[in-house]
Order: sequence, then C-alpha cells, then structure tokens
Amino acid sequence: MSSVPRFWRNLGSRYNLEGTRCNECGESYYPPRNVCVNCRRVGQIKPYKFKGTGEIISYTLIHTAAEGFEGQAPYTLAIIQLDEGPRLTSQVVGTPEKIHIGMRVRSVFRKLGEDGERGMIYYGTKFVPENA
Amino acid sequence: MRDVAIIGVKNTKFGELWERSLRDIVVEAGIGAIEDADVSGKEINALYVGNMSGGRFIDQEHIGALIADYSGLSKNLHVPATRVEAACASGGLALRQAIMAVASGYSDIVVAAGAEKMTDVGSEEASSALAAAADREWEGMAGATFPGLYAMIARLHMHRYGTTSEQLAEVAVKNHRNGRLNPIAQYKNLITVDQVLNSIMVADPLHIFDCSPITDGASALVLAPADVAHKYTDTPIYIRATAQASDTIALHDRRDITTLDAATVAAKRAYSMAKVGPEDIDLAEVHDCFTIAEICAIEDLGFAEKGKGGIVTANGETAIGGRIPVNTSGGLKACGHPVGATGIKQAVEIVTQLRGEAGKRQVEGAEYGMTHNIGGSGATAVVHIFSRER
Repeated sequence: MSSVPRFWRNLGSRYNLEGTRCNECGESYYPPRNVCVNCRRVGQIKPYKFKGTGEIISYTLIHTAAEGFEGQAPYTLAIIQLDEGPRLTSQVVGTPEKIHIGMRVRSVFRKLGEDGERGMIYYGTKFVPENA
Repeated sequence: MRDVAIIGVKNTKFGELWERSLRDIVVEAGIGAIEDADVSGKEINALYVGNMSGGRFIDQEHIGALIADYSGLSKNLHVPATRVEAACASGGLALRQAIMAVASGYSDIVVAAGAEKMTDVGSEEASSALAAAADREWEGMAGATFPGLYAMIARLHMHRYGTTSEQLAEVAVKNHRNGRLNPIAQYKNLITVDQVLNSIMVADPLHIFDCSPITDGASALVLAPADVAHKYTDTPIYIRATAQASDTIALHDRRDITTLDAATVAAKRAYSMAKVGPEDIDLAEVHDCFTIAEICAIEDLGFAEKGKGGIVTANGETAIGGRIPVNTSGGLKACGHPVGATGIKQAVEIVTQLRGEAGKRQVEGAEYGMTHNIGGSGATAVVHIFSRER
C-alpha cells in the first residue's frame, strides 16, 4: 500500500461505510461512485451511509497473504452483499470453518494492515457474523 | 475494411530466463517472426507490443520505443512503436490494435509482439505487481490477492454447480500433459490429480498447482493484408474476428461472479463477426491463469453448458483428441504466463496448429481456432477467431 493520502482521502468510506446513491434510479454504490452506471450523466449522485449488514456471496481463506497482510495469514476474504444492494470485498473475522455462503454478517471497525514495523497502520471495515 | 492474415510467428522459450533481459527475448521473438514471414525491416509500417508492467518488473517504461530500438527499427527506419496495456490481456490487445491498423488500410505490414520479464524481481514483488490488475483501492487494500479473487469464483462455482477440486485439478493435469509436447513450455513434467490436491493451499480452494507460474517470455506475429499474404508465405492464417469487451474492474461489482460477462460478450461479438458458432471451432487457447478460469472460459465461450465445465474437462472433452481441444500449448499453467506475452503466444499456437506444424500436439484437420485472453479477474476480454482458409 504505502501511500498515506491514497488511504486517507477515503477515510469516511473506509471507517464508516459511506458510499453514494443515485436519486434518479435509486441504485446505491459502495465503494462510492460519482457516475451512476444506469443513468450516467443524468444521474443524481448523493452521499449515502450503509447500515453495515449483509450476507456472504463467496469467500476464500487466503494462506499466501497480500503485501502488508503477512502477519494476518491465514485470513478470510469475502465478497459481501450489503442489504442495500451493493457488493464489496472485505475480510471476515471469526472461525474460518464456520464461514459459509449465505452467512449473515455485520461490519466492524478493525485494523486492516500495516506498512512494516515503523510504517502507517491502516484501519477500516471488516465483517463479523451478525450475531457475534 | 480489409481482410488480415498472419504471415509470420515466433515464441521464445518460456521459463525463468535469468541470463536474458526483456530486450533480448523480445528481439528474438520479433526477428524470428520477421524471418518466418520473410519481410524486410523496410516493409514494416508499425509495431504494437503488449507489456503489462515493465515499470514494476524491470523498472522500465517506454517499452515500445525500447523494443523498436533494439529490433533495429528505430535509428534508421523510425518505425512507430506503441505499447499496449490491459494487464494480462495486453498481448491480445496488441494483436487487436495491429489487426485494426492493417484492416483499416492505415498500415500494411505490422508486427504484434508481447513480452514480460518477471523474474528480475522476487516472487512477492511480482505478486504485488500482478495484484495491480485488480482494484487496488477496493480489493487490494482489503487484502485481496489474485489467487484469492479466483478462489472466490471457484468457491461459488463449486457451491452452485457442484464443481469439485478434482475437476479443477484435471485442468492442470491436462495442461501439463500438453505442455510436455511443446518445446517452449516452462513445465514439461506430468502431474497427477493427487499431486495438485496435495500441493500447498494458496487461497482455499486453490492450491499452488491450480495457479499459473511466474514466467519470462516473448512472442511475436507479423500481419499483412490478406490479398498479399501469399507473396510472403504458402500458409497464411486468416483473422476471422477480433472482439473485445470490458466489465467492472472489481470482481464484487460483476453481475455474476461465476461468469465473465466480458468474455461472453467478446465471444458473441467474435462469433457474429466470423459467422461461425462454438461448434465450428476446432481448438482454443484460453486464459487459464487459474484452473477455475479455464472451467469458466469453456463455459463462457460456449464449449460447455454453464456449470458443466468441470465435468466436460474431467471427461476428457478438452484434451487433444477430444471434442474441443483446449490449451494445446500447455496453456498459462504449463507453457507459462509471461503476462504481456500470453495473448500473442496464444495466437502463435493457433497459427502453428492451423498450419499443421504442431508436431506431437497437432489437432488433426484443424480449420478454425480461437484465442481467449483475459485481463485481471475479467475486466477486459479479448477473443480472436482464426482460420486456415480465407
């Protein structure tokens, strides 16, 4: 990662699940988009905050970690569909064996990764089982 | 638009080529293709080169100029050279640019090349460079890796259609069997389903033997207007369709993560342009960056019903001698995957097969061949159809 501004400029979205919604067609976007894929130029894009609940569409247990995530391996990565519609990629915290497709989850604020021992620590959204 | 033919081809050896640089391998491929076509440097109107990440892999940009220079096309001839980038689909896209240049009449003799030098950096750095083909901010920063993204495709495919790890492994087993017959292949060893299943887990359910390797290699083609192709060669191979489509950069935004819509759309456009259907294709080179990717590919291209890709593979229908041989070169899995070169290498394999020069891996009587080259987890797809007869 190793770019402070690149992470910092999206803190609202990364910490609080702030995305966008098109008031023209009603489609909501997370990660946020400034152009509606349905309405394009006539779309009315406004900020929109998601509740943070949804379900797992698919998942994997990553053994060979991405750069900056080495200390966390193995970790569960999932595509999650928020109840408002959009899908996102996030880690799921919890016993890997219990995670399954269709599982209900909710968002939590967690440490995401770090740039080595002396670098920046990244915080953001992960998901846990809804009843946890 | 003019019909376009391929009049010369060349692959370098694929593998860990420690002693050779990017410019060394791409010049070997380029000169080889030019010799195969028997054209002179003075006849070449343009050069297109697919290269994904010279900046990350060898700390070198401006790859088009570098390659034209070291191919002897710059200082005296000043041939225009253009680098084309679409992650792992860079090669396929370079071929498409070259075809359009000739078809439009803007250029006559054009070289389409692809090259990647991946082993000048360690495997962690190489993996990080490859991860840049996904959405860095909204996939990469969450901890996604490329095997991780394809693992999620595999997981849902298994859940929905009953595809098994054994069926995924059969893709790797077949492609190693084919690679053994290809002199340029990175891996020529036979492997078994058990070996795949017992290899280390990278991203569950994908083992390391479900993944294509890190490879150095270069490939090149020479294109000409079909009307003059016979001046250069007795066996021109004709481009019947070139098609490309885009989809969302992030896997999570796709309509369905077990179907690559970009591939289905590109294939539909290609079939329509060539006026043929999947049943007319005699062999295909598809983008098996992971075993699950080949399963999806044969479904997306219409060679298998949706969800049946695993069964079709396990039945041997995609083996040489089967109903529709797939990845006779060994594919990305066994022949190797120098990312920018792959799309061109696929075309070189199809040309070699349609000329009847593929030796022990020859598909007898092949008339139509197809290539399927994917960028990222499916945000770019390029599909080409080739034929022996015009």
